[in-house]
Amino acid sequence: MASYIAKRILVIPFLLFVFSILIFVLIQAPPGDFMTTYSAILAGSGSSLDAEQLDAMRVSYGLDQPLHIQYVRWIEKLLRGDMGLSLLYMLPNKQLIAERLGPTVALALFSFILSWLIAIPSGIYSATHKNSFGDYFFMVLNYIGVAIPNFFLALLLMWFFYVKFGWNLVGLFSPEFEAAPWSWAKFLDMLKHLWLPGIILALGGSARLTRVMRANLLDEMGKPYMVTGRAKGMSEWSLVMKYPVRLAINPLVSTIGNYIPQLFSGSLIVASVMNLQNIGPLLLQALSMQDMYLSGSILLVYCLLAILGTILSDLLLAWVDPRIRLE
Amino acid sequence: MSEKNNSVPEETKEPTALVDLDLDEMIRSKSEEKVSVASNWKLVWWRFRKNKLAVLSLILLFFVLLIIMFPDFFANQKSEETNARQAFVPIQKLHFFRDGKPDLWADKMVGKRNPKTLAMEWVIDEEGYTDLKFLGKSFKWKFLFWETNVHLITSANPGERVFLLGSDRMGRDQYSRLMYATRTSLTVGLVSVLLSVFLGVVLGGISGYFGGAVDMVIQRLIEILNSIPYVPIWMAMAAALPREWSAEQRFFAITVILSLLGWTTLGREVRGKFMSIREEDFVLAAELIGCSKARIIMKHMVPTFLSHIIATGTLSIPAMIVNETSLSFLGLGLRPPAISYGVMLQEAQNVQTMANASWLMIPGLVLVIAVLMFNLIGDGLRDAADPYSK
Repeated sequence: MASYIAKRILVIPFLLFVFSILIFVLIQAPPGDFMTTYSAILAGSGSSLDAEQLDAMRVSYGLDQPLHIQYVRWIEKLLRGDMGLSLLYMLPNKQLIAERLGPTVALALFSFILSWLIAIPSGIYSATHKNSFGDYFFMVLNYIGVAIPNFFLALLLMWFFYVKFGWNLVGLFSPEFEAAPWSWAKFLDMLKHLWLPGIILALGGSARLTRVMRANLLDEMGKPYMVTGRAKGMSEWSLVMKYPVRLAINPLVSTIGNYIPQLFSGSLIVASVMNLQNIGPLLLQALSMQDMYLSGSILLVYCLLAILGTILSDLLLAWVDPRIRLE
Repeated sequence: MSEKNNSVPEETKEPTALVDLDLDEMIRSKSEEKVSVASNWKLVWWRFRKNKLAVLSLILLFFVLLIIMFPDFFANQKSEETNARQAFVPIQKLHFFRDGKPDLWADKMVGKRNPKTLAMEWVIDEEGYTDLKFLGKSFKWKFLFWETNVHLITSANPGERVFLLGSDRMGRDQYSRLMYATRTSLTVGLVSVLLSVFLGVVLGGISGYFGGAVDMVIQRLIEILNSIPYVPIWMAMAAALPREWSAEQRFFAITVILSLLGWTTLGREVRGKFMSIREEDFVLAAELIGCSKARIIMKHMVPTFLSHIIATGTLSIPAMIVNETSLSFLGLGLRPPAISYGVMLQEAQNVQTMANASWLMIPGLVLVIAVLMFNLIGDGLRDAADPYSK
């Protein structure tokens, strides 16, 4: 087990290295740099910088260096825990990201738990009541859940709550907490705004999970050990819960590895639609303004979160399934 | 997975037990013979047509393909025809009968300025109506090589505009735009799936057939690609596209971006298939006859799981469509003047606009239907792909 964990963890730096190169290429690729965008903004607001000033700024930010030097500098700084300065906000990237990382992770975790809470019971119900009304009901719901894109579900629900109840469910905090430092009250306020995006994210995922759970459980239900259990006089409920459900959950655990990165990706889109101040909209802004080190840092954070999610699922799978542990 | 798949279907010993056909079909004389000499594709089709929802979706897909090929015929106005005075016109409902006689017409809308807010308010004019014409004439378009101006439904009075699905902020007709958006969005989905199927089959095939070091490298590549958080990387790629690129160039680039990260599932599947059948007798036989490697792969191995590839491919179309739409919606994918579902939905970005003009969300509903359609067809194909399983 220990060597298994060690192996998984040793992969992280390697993956991050590969991703950092990919990301650097991507953030470098657009023609022009932040200074081009910056001077365009200034021109739009009436003032302007001359070419000399822009070049001086380029030199001071190291934007004039050749690519590989810029990359090495970037990595060197990252290894020291310095993510550089956001040219857009004139604040350290680390601070900008750290502020928004909490809501990002909270949203993903919340919808993760919610989707499992929805998927497992409805999967068990559908499998034990095959071809019943409830089964068909969940089936239809799942088909729609898979088919409806996150951002459109967000639009629909925002519209619904606005028209029916007059709630404008955008943003992550009430105005009074917007600028406040983190506190218990602010955390509670965030939860109040988090439920809708959480549900939106959870629904798509739980639709997939329910289908997997139902199929797995149905595979198990016909097995001889079930007949034995019934012959021994076990009640159907305890029989199902004790054996096939535990077996059917294993493949579900192995989907976590793909599911967690998906949640972060999905939260990015939902957050942009609903204007939640997590790292998603920040990335969108950084990308469109060519604030390359900010977008690079955020992309790296997403990659790290995805890798951690995958490893977490591997560990969970080893924990629930002894066969993997012993390999 | 059934081992001997369709290598020699004629020799299958118990066809009736292997293919569960309808009872009446079983009773029909010589039905057993029919099954035993049927080709693999015939068996797949027999299995597929039992899934009513999938067949229904296939029929829908046929019409959708017509829209993809001839959006101009279904549209009745040019996609960029604007009129500031006809902004946010609500849906003009279509009617098929008038005074008990079949007649095609739509509600007439009249706009009045609200004296307080000065906003335009549209109400149905109960007296009047907008006369419509089936196969009427409107703007000119090219049908293959012939120029024509016939459209499915047009306004009977030349010059009058009718908004069957309402109009947007700039007074553009949503219905007509939706036809063009369907073409763009679904083409992106179909083409990027074709590209990723190609990548998946080639790389998965190489990996599975040759094994060894090549397999190792491709497997690691797939693992790395799988742990990439797709959406942020897609966004970064789309943001990296030069701004001055034309709509066609962007379209092509987005397609490539989507397929570059999308081939891995299929790659894995194809690799698994290759590994499971490369030791089979029929492959050995082909080798002994002296077939070239390419011939063995393309003529002997790929056909055994082609139906699986098609099923998996179909099931991955929706994800591609949704991803393109999400990117375009966020302003990173296709940009106006290109029209896709995502571009159209950008008009519905804030709650107040949606509350006042709920018809702006129709492109989203159409998107959901399109996705459902591909999912249902894909599910039906997946279940039918292996006609020898029970």
